[in-house]
Amino acid sequence: MSLLTPNSQVCSWTQALDNPGSLATYVANGGYQALRRVITEQMPGDTIIAELKTSALRGRGGAGFPTGLKWSFMPRAFPGDKYIVCNSDEGEPGTFKDRDILRYNPHQLIEGMAIAGYVLGARVGYNYIHGEIFDCYDIFERALSEAREAGYLGDNLFGTDFCFQLHAHLGYGAYICGEETALLESLEGKKGQPRFKPPFPASFGLYGKPTTINNTETLASVPWIMQHGGQAFLELGKPNNGGPKLFSVSGHVNKPGNYEVPLGTPFSELLEMAGGIRRGHKLKAVIPGGSSAPVLPGDIMMDCTMDFDSIAKAGSMLGSGAVIVMDETVCMVRALERLSYFYYEESCGQCTPCREGTGWMYRVIHRIEHGLGRPEDIELLNSVAGRIGGHTICALGDAAAMPVQSFLKHYGHEFEHHIEHKRCMDGTGH
Amino acid sequence: MATLNIEIDGRALQVESGDTIMDAANQVGITIPHFCYHKKLSIAANCRMCLVQVEKAPKPLPACATPVTDGMKVFTRSEYAVSAQKSVMEFLLINHPLDCPICDQGGECTLQDLAVGYGGSSSRYQEIKRVVVEKNLGPLIATDMTRCIHCSRCVRFGQEIAGVMELGMAGRGEHTEIMPFLANQVASELSGNVIDLCPVGALTSKPFRYKARTWELSRRHSISPHDSLGSNLEVHVKDNKVMRVLPRENEDVNECWLADRDRFSYEGLNTAERLTQPMIKQEGQWVEVTWQAALEFVADKLKAIPAEQIGALSTPYRPAEELFLLQKIMRGMGCGNVDHRLRQSDFSLDSKAHGGFWLGMPVTYMSRLNRMLVVGSNLRKDHPLMAHRIRESVRWYGELNLINAHDDEFLGKVHAKRIVAPSQLAATLAGVCVALAQLKELPVPDVAVRGIVDDIARKMAQSIAGGGQGSSGGEARAVFLGNMAQHHPTYSQIHMLAQEVARLAGASFGVLGEAANSVGAVAVGAIPGCGPLGQPAIKGLNAQQMLSQPLRAYLLLGVEAELDTHDPVSALNSINAAEFVVVMSPYKGKSLDYADVLLPIAPWTETSGTFVNTEGRVQSFSAVVKPLGETRPAWKVLRVLGNLLGLAGFDHNDSKDVLRDALGETPTGSVQAFLTNEISGVSVLPPQVIDGLERVAEVPIYQTDAVVRRSHALQMTLDAALPVARMHSRLIEKLGLQENGRVSVRQTASALTLKVQRDDLLPENCVRIPSGHPLTASLGPMFGPITAEAV
Amino acid sequence: MAKPDLNDSQRLSAESLALIDVEVAKYPVDQKQSAVMGALRIAQTECGWLKPELIEYVADYLEMPAIAAYEVATFYNMYDTQRPGRHKITLCTNLPCMLMGAGELGEYLKKKLEIGFGETTEDGRFTLKEGECMGACGDAPMCLHNNHVMHTHLTTEKVDELLETLK
Repeated sequence: MSLLTPNSQVCSWTQALDNPGSLATYVANGGYQALRRVITEQMPGDTIIAELKTSALRGRGGAGFPTGLKWSFMPRAFPGDKYIVCNSDEGEPGTFKDRDILRYNPHQLIEGMAIAGYVLGARVGYNYIHGEIFDCYDIFERALSEAREAGYLGDNLFGTDFCFQLHAHLGYGAYICGEETALLESLEGKKGQPRFKPPFPASFGLYGKPTTINNTETLASVPWIMQHGGQAFLELGKPNNGGPKLFSVSGHVNKPGNYEVPLGTPFSELLEMAGGIRRGHKLKAVIPGGSSAPVLPGDIMMDCTMDFDSIAKAGSMLGSGAVIVMDETVCMVRALERLSYFYYEESCGQCTPCREGTGWMYRVIHRIEHGLGRPEDIELLNSVAGRIGGHTICALGDAAAMPVQSFLKHYGHEFEHHIEHKRCMDGTGH
Repeated sequence: MATLNIEIDGRALQVESGDTIMDAANQVGITIPHFCYHKKLSIAANCRMCLVQVEKAPKPLPACATPVTDGMKVFTRSEYAVSAQKSVMEFLLINHPLDCPICDQGGECTLQDLAVGYGGSSSRYQEIKRVVVEKNLGPLIATDMTRCIHCSRCVRFGQEIAGVMELGMAGRGEHTEIMPFLANQVASELSGNVIDLCPVGALTSKPFRYKARTWELSRRHSISPHDSLGSNLEVHVKDNKVMRVLPRENEDVNECWLADRDRFSYEGLNTAERLTQPMIKQEGQWVEVTWQAALEFVADKLKAIPAEQIGALSTPYRPAEELFLLQKIMRGMGCGNVDHRLRQSDFSLDSKAHGGFWLGMPVTYMSRLNRMLVVGSNLRKDHPLMAHRIRESVRWYGELNLINAHDDEFLGKVHAKRIVAPSQLAATLAGVCVALAQLKELPVPDVAVRGIVDDIARKMAQSIAGGGQGSSGGEARAVFLGNMAQHHPTYSQIHMLAQEVARLAGASFGVLGEAANSVGAVAVGAIPGCGPLGQPAIKGLNAQQMLSQPLRAYLLLGVEAELDTHDPVSALNSINAAEFVVVMSPYKGKSLDYADVLLPIAPWTETSGTFVNTEGRVQSFSAVVKPLGETRPAWKVLRVLGNLLGLAGFDHNDSKDVLRDALGETPTGSVQAFLTNEISGVSVLPPQVIDGLERVAEVPIYQTDAVVRRSHALQMTLDAALPVARMHSRLIEKLGLQENGRVSVRQTASALTLKVQRDDLLPENCVRIPSGHPLTASLGPMFGPITAEAV
Repeated sequence: MAKPDLNDSQRLSAESLALIDVEVAKYPVDQKQSAVMGALRIAQTECGWLKPELIEYVADYLEMPAIAAYEVATFYNMYDTQRPGRHKITLCTNLPCMLMGAGELGEYLKKKLEIGFGETTEDGRFTLKEGECMGACGDAPMCLHNNHVMHTHLTTEKVDELLETLK
């Protein structure tokens, strides 16, 4: 395995090697070659953006926005400061892929960010890391030191006049900072409260300067694309869904973990790679793209392939590629209660519908779970969720609403049962 | 700016590119419900109440934050929009206590008003409501934080207008709470504005708490008498009593704001100290008499004393009509002994001036200055809302330079500053003047020849004169003199130097008016050098001359001699030595000791009158309540006194007649034509030399005038703390004093013991002790030598 | 901004201040406030929790309003503005962890420590907190010890072992 071998292990190839996160391992296997070439050949930014567009690389953080297009929004000729920011604030329940890139392949991210800095005209970059993975922050800080010492970061890289400095910023326990403008506020030393857009970060970002924000996996894919070309990356996936993708599989499978497979891989294959449903149980439901994505019944999932378009067609979202697998023992009321608590707990509190509505939904679901549900609660929940969705500055409002709506849509009968019988349906829950 | 064509609720209109939907709707009078949006604050878009439907948008958009685009079609009242607005209202109300019957905001509450249109008749929320712990924000602002809807206006006000973030939103999500840090009080001199900004009853007026319902109050217009801005007021009255004061919006003056001094001073109107009956002292006893008896007594006494032995003094906080009649009486009697500049100590400009000193520009310009130099000013406390305008200039990348005798926090970025002992103010300014001349390669003005250039002088010179080369040359520059400069013993030098600095830099030159009617008093001739509008008139003694040696009689209009004068010790000595003292005042106060006649005159709420603000804006007002007891408007008192003295020209029917008599048919035009800061012929004096320590004094913000001194709530604020002696820690050490210990200080008269407070931002040879305060009245003049020793 | 008088007990060690300076150096010179998250973390690591005077000290050090630093300290839930026990155990109970038995583990911990979530043992040794997603769901269930050390693949036996090592 190396960065020079064009296979589907775009981000996770180092994990098969000794000392996977070290500079030595990375460089010995082709690391930083793309950066060197881009900089020393003074490759035009437009060429690189065109390559990204060819690759059909779509943002790996959840929204799936085409990366090349995003980069093209940046006013690259703007004379003042500009920033490239990496979003490693991975806190969406079910998602744990960026953690592995930080742990096992930090230099590929650094290289990707340096290339981004070169293209976007940013001399400084920040990587915002989820607060709870302090060990990964440490590892990444060490990788930054290695890169600085080896001359991959700093002034006059490779003897050119290109300078790029990169820093790590540790979050400290706020899911909302995964939202890109909340992340910028947090980087500025404030509460992580999302900004209203427009203006978008490309024109008014960090410290009011043009800023591009990409997910860890997205940026880490850039060196590979520069090494092998956009077309090769595209061919690893399917049209409009270029490349492989890291899928974080958690829940009731035998081998939870990250699996980097081409976009378009059937869900059934991914499930098999993750060791299948735990012994003696059968698939009940899957949340295919992190907790904010609508839940889908297992049989619908078994007909899906893992790419943005297929999952969207089935009524959910590929999101960050976090696949939460639930077997038949799961009480869907209890599962939704916990997810609702999460959004209630993590709402930043600025927009009225989310601040007030997430607590309302949680309290109603909590009541139902604890045998105090009322027949009108289901309609109430649907209504409150509908009144939050689309009415807030950021997507957390929608993210809180969608699980409620989808759980009620597919598993309404379990909620009705809870309300009527004040306990879980047979075979589920406790 | 491109013009865009859009449509709101079917109405086609043209708007500027960059406008929001809210801006556009406001232009055509379409009201979009909102809470967090405020035209003077940054856009938060967090309440979500202003969600509207925009054609082709996938979801409702907040009108306050969404820029218009060409061809946009907006629907603010469609079913889709109203449904979004109703959704938000439901969420706002679920945790709101709905305690309108016991809420002071009831009847003037945005939430209450909008809930009528957008709220349901019953709540679907059956869970327990949120309760928020109360906060104590100090004596001015009452809190009921459970009512808070988290619009964040109060937080943004602190950050963006007051310049200090005293309130924050701590916590997260549903548990977010507005609070100060720890148990801090809100101390900004503009804090009361959050009461107006709060759209619900979370922040209300503490002095007004439970005093009246909004619908019981009549609203009457007035003008604030407390500083030279002349903030426009809406005075709320019930049962002939002022219940509260709110800002009346005037974009050219106070915008929509009020300083706390203007808002809460009304508490001083209804105190037991009010004088409500004319009184004469007979054999050491005060006897209440009729107006007729009192005025005849005064007239008889005055007739018996040579006019040049009578001194007429007024505070600059009295209306122009009164000041005019006071000087008219004096000059009618054949003497020009009249003045209002009670805190001034250098009057040598009286013969050099060509008109009245003023701001030199409209007040609104102060918000958009690029380069500023302010000399000798306690900006924030002396001119709270003008300081806000200067902060606004600074926020727009204006450069502020300061020369001052203390380094109180300005709450904005300061480009360069020089903190020097008061005796060095002129020399420091001369240094800047020389640096400017060098920079511009122009001759050094005579007045500045002794100026010494150093790095800071050079930096200031470059700042004031800089810029403009590359740009279109549209730099707005200004040099301002503050109250301390005007009170200073070398004011004439400072004024001349500032004029030269401004001339060399191509800047406007302004004098920040000390008091509500500083400009008006000069315009109506309440100075010894000339009559109304600079007309030649009988000359006389200035305030210092009148007070430094006793005259036989004094006519005092609103003056509290121990608090309103530059040197209260010599003022009281002279007044006490006089054989006849008439005090016209709304209050008894210390004048019970030294007056022979007390005449109850109306505070500004009980009389009509006029204040001319520092930009020359003539603002007339009517009485908002009837005079208390036997109180009478002072213009009427003085008119009758004129009649009793047998003087001609005292036949005015109302205060408008008086104003016409003073300033002609077009007061504004007359005043504007009269104003100029230009002086000439000031001779160069050697620099002041003070060996040893010197005093730095300012008038505390809540000691400026008689009404403010009696406002209970204002006197409870941190700004009204007892006077202390502030000194540099090295001086404390040198004198063998202890921080927070006691020090004995002495100027010309008796010694005074004060608490020592460390202030390492002061020059090391200075002791800073406020003036205008009862505790320090025994000390002496505002500037000059002072000794300090351990007790 | 006037610096408050801070007695020695509220100051941070030279080591911590040096670490804070490293954070400050990451950001533009006129953006010191950006370092507040790192500075508060470093201060908390040294002092155990963020008492108000410490927040004020950090705010002054970074030339920002104390209330703005307090906003940050109360917004991010890994900061402790109430004094926790010596060992803060934050157990993730979010859905992926719940599917792997975090709920039962939580009950086990509560019973064993005789405290509920958000509480501290009487001897001040342990504080138990319910955490949100830590971004390591593949290793569920998991907990954090004093914010910075993650323990994964928890079982009741592993919990027993962990508690045993934390004195």
